[in-house]
Amino acid sequence: MTEQNLQSRVDDLIRPQQVHRDVYTSPDVYQLEMKHLFPNCWVYIGHDSQTPNKGDYITAQIGDQPLLMVRHTDNEIHVLYNRCPHKGTKIVIDKAGNTGKFFRCPYHAWSFKTDGCLLAIPLKKGYEGTGLEETEAAKGLAHVGEMRNYRGFVFARLAKEGISFEDFFGDSLSSLDNMVDRSPEGKLTVAGAPLRYMHKCNWKMLVENQTDTCHPMVAHESSAGTAVKIWEEMEKPEGTPTPPAMQIIAPFMSPYEFFENMGIRTWPNGHGHTGVHHSIHSDYSDIPGYYDAMIEAYGEERAQEILGENRHNTVYFPNIMIKGPIQQLRNFIPLGPDKTLVESWIFALDGAPSELTARTAMYNRMINAPTSMVGHDDLEMYERAQEGLMSDGLEFVNIQRLYEDGEDFTETAELNGTTERQMRNQFDAWKRFMLGGAA
Amino acid sequence: MNREEVTDFIYDEAWMLDEGQFHEWLDLWLPDAVYWMPLNWNQQDPINETSLLYEDNFMLRLRIERLAGARTFSQKPKSRCHHVLNRPRILELTEHSAKAVTKMHYVETRLDEQQMLALTVTHDLKATPDGIRIAGKRVDILNCDAAFGNIQLLP
Repeated sequence: MTEQNLQSRVDDLIRPQQVHRDVYTSPDVYQLEMKHLFPNCWVYIGHDSQTPNKGDYITAQIGDQPLLMVRHTDNEIHVLYNRCPHKGTKIVIDKAGNTGKFFRCPYHAWSFKTDGCLLAIPLKKGYEGTGLEETEAAKGLAHVGEMRNYRGFVFARLAKEGISFEDFFGDSLSSLDNMVDRSPEGKLTVAGAPLRYMHKCNWKMLVENQTDTCHPMVAHESSAGTAVKIWEEMEKPEGTPTPPAMQIIAPFMSPYEFFENMGIRTWPNGHGHTGVHHSIHSDYSDIPGYYDAMIEAYGEERAQEILGENRHNTVYFPNIMIKGPIQQLRNFIPLGPDKTLVESWIFALDGAPSELTARTAMYNRMINAPTSMVGHDDLEMYERAQEGLMSDGLEFVNIQRLYEDGEDFTETAELNGTTERQMRNQFDAWKRFMLGGAA
Repeated sequence: MNREEVTDFIYDEAWMLDEGQFHEWLDLWLPDAVYWMPLNWNQQDPINETSLLYEDNFMLRLRIERLAGARTFSQKPKSRCHHVLNRPRILELTEHSAKAVTKMHYVETRLDEQQMLALTVTHDLKATPDGIRIAGKRVDILNCDAAFGNIQLLP
């Protein structure tokens, strides 16, 4: 596709207040995302606590590109294409492991240092005088364009040239900072395995839902509403404290005003978050010992500042969401125009009481598991939408709640928490990064 | 408790789930019992790591009430399930308690979709004046680390 054709294809899909359904359903648009959008963006790879020791690796992907992340002998993390430069065999296929000092391809035993460099080829004399050293294969495992380990969170950009990490994320890094600062030691560690939840819908539906504040009290009435009802009707002594499960699920039934007043902040390049002023995580009970540990680490004023932020969902464009107050990260991994794998990870706060991790684990399984009562209704909505969008009765999807003429997405904005500006912000970024990422 | 009572109880419990007799099923549980479905193979810690389920009486009751709710959209239409059991292997047996492990195949269906899960189910049972009751249940799914769509009923 020529540059001009790509431009006009993208222009036809995105309007200020609506987007064409092809962005969710069309295989050719999906292929364009794989070829242009994902390579031009900074995409989450994994957390460095998943590879604590030299030689530890994990497999990952950006768009449809198979990658691996590995800790080299000098302790630096490298992100490499998971493809033997010889015949293309994936070098590793398990989710995580340790390769020792080098990778060895299981097909012909070409071996590579953990920084990707070619180490050895069996029967190397067969290449003498063939000019192998001039080829790409001789360089070893290919590196991504650029990578960055930001406070333990590893991101990479596939494209050799493009926007810098700082320019891409800008002030939005304040949400990641807040999540990490909540550890008295300023460090997080992955806790256990991620939930893996398969969705027969487009990846963008999931990303948009993260700042969709008009659905919880509707789609989740069956779980959150029923929970509130059972709890109210339950015979219990006066002053019985609300159990953690109720603290987690009841706020999903909060009225529209709660979500309107929580606010939404959008940042340039498609990032944004709900919960500027408060969130569904604001009223969790204190965990003994935590506040004291925070004061000791940061002083009272700074500790209060850190814990005073209760951002709800922060979307990092294109495809992750984090919840700072509970140390959760959800990765919306595209597998096809109508297929998305959602991985929901949780983190322990180094130096904090384990009860915080326990609450986060409870949140994860209650809300985001394939066995979760809340997740069931979300997935039902996405899959109905994916099927409904095949209708030719209407071609566009509406995203104009609280739309304002002349919205400028290069500006940070704070608005009513029920605006769909963050969805429009994502599509603005989508359009630009499909076309290379220029402002 | 004797072997036959334990075996009959485990078959009857699965039968209730398949018949959708959820309230009767919940009556089989002791008030402080927990239903655990690990997320990871050989998972040891249900508290500080994510599980698929780790539900106390309140959560199980919520689950059951929700299944019958007027606005439970993911259950319109409803799912059905089907357990096939191997003979339970009784690991511990006293007059008042028993521990048994049972291999099961679990099938769940809704609309045109049907999925099958291979289960290893561990029951902790206690004798009460009202009959045998569940003190704890652990359900290990053979491919617990695989990516699933919705699993809506109770394997």
